[in-house]
Amino acid sequence: MPDNRATPFLSILGLLTLWVVAALLTDDPQTLPTPWQLIPLFQRELASGELVHHLGATLIRVMWAFTLAMGFGVALGIVMGRSERVNRWLDPWLVIFLNLPALVLIVLCYLWIGLTEIAAILAVTFNKIPNVATVVREGARALSPDLDAMAKVYRMSWLARLRHVVLPQLAPFIAAAARGGVAVIWKIVLVVEFLGRSSGIGFQIHLYFQLFDVAMVLVYALSFIFVMLLVEWAILQPWERRVRRWRSA
Amino acid sequence: MIKVAILSKSYGDTQVLGRVEFAVQAGETVALVGPSGIGKSTILRIVAGIDGAFEGQVERPDAAAIVFQEPTLLPWRSALDNLLLTCPGLKRDAALHALDRVGLAGKDKEFPGQLSLGQQRRLSLARAFAGRPGMLILDEPFVSLDPHMADTMMTLTEDLIAEARPATLLVTHAEAEANRLADRVLRLQGDPATLKAES
Repeated sequence: MPDNRATPFLSILGLLTLWVVAALLTDDPQTLPTPWQLIPLFQRELASGELVHHLGATLIRVMWAFTLAMGFGVALGIVMGRSERVNRWLDPWLVIFLNLPALVLIVLCYLWIGLTEIAAILAVTFNKIPNVATVVREGARALSPDLDAMAKVYRMSWLARLRHVVLPQLAPFIAAAARGGVAVIWKIVLVVEFLGRSSGIGFQIHLYFQLFDVAMVLVYALSFIFVMLLVEWAILQPWERRVRRWRSA
Repeated sequence: MIKVAILSKSYGDTQVLGRVEFAVQAGETVALVGPSGIGKSTILRIVAGIDGAFEGQVERPDAAAIVFQEPTLLPWRSALDNLLLTCPGLKRDAALHALDRVGLAGKDKEFPGQLSLGQQRRLSLARAFAGRPGMLILDEPFVSLDPHMADTMMTLTEDLIAEARPATLLVTHAEAEANRLADRVLRLQGDPATLKAES
């Protein structure tokens, strides 16, 4: 049995092997280059500063959209989960926005606000808020009434209740929404950049799509996937372990 | 002092409480007894300020504390934090002393999940008394304990009440418990429930 910690690396190695086999069978670098054929292209883009510039632009948009979507989504989810009346009013909105294609929101934001940074970030944020709110609402519905009563009797301030009573109960739901959120948000950011920005991974993919350059599309896409894996392993997973440490204590 | 003057309490169209009036002086322990489902917990929630949807008036001290049937602790915070977070203004030393007083010395850094059920109940008692409450509500706190543990916890509760002297309202269906801890026993009866005249 391999060490559990090695499993993710072995899994990724398996995916790479699959890619190499497919590339060798295709035998056409224009259609599917091998991983080692991308290395010089990656080094060139890195040396020129282009890759860092576009990675940075996308990362900033992802961070803004993620922060806004999580902030508003969590707040909306808590309110809807706690108040049946508010939920009755807002649930139909949630259903509509959940089923509204991301592309429609992106196009509308660009049409109404213009091809600006704000429009791009808002388009991504509006796409993600309903998902976050839906997940967190379920958590808010399951909040312990006993802890609620305890906090009320001991007259804990609303801030203390939120921080020490409500949010720890919602942590698994918020973590699930955050993990799903990061993955979806960066994909929508790429579409937003593809359609209306002059920087970012999405913009570069659009450029190389027009040039039919599969290798460069892969260089930019894989670079950002690597960054997002780093975010997952270096930020999200340690944070999740920290908020759950009381369970394993 | 707790002063209760409930005129009526209904859930939907069903009236569960009629006129219920009583007072609990500082340092006095009053037990509220009656059969299951008669409305003891409803009165407790009204007195504690958890349920505000009733006709009438309740006067209660600012500093209140409650001990539930279950420990009802914050499982994601340490034993010490469970005291500090629910008793604003409580100093660390005083919180450590409160833990010591219930036999939890040295357990301050442990999470509730690391404590036995008996220790969790002690922690719940420590939390109730740490803030020096003017009003203490006990909601069948010994109901699911074995006789030995129940006796130990009752003795500890008696000692703590004697030290802090809050106005205490004990809700229970166990007569023996009520007779042991309370200075007076109030009985609920009827539908909607009212207080039987004190004998």
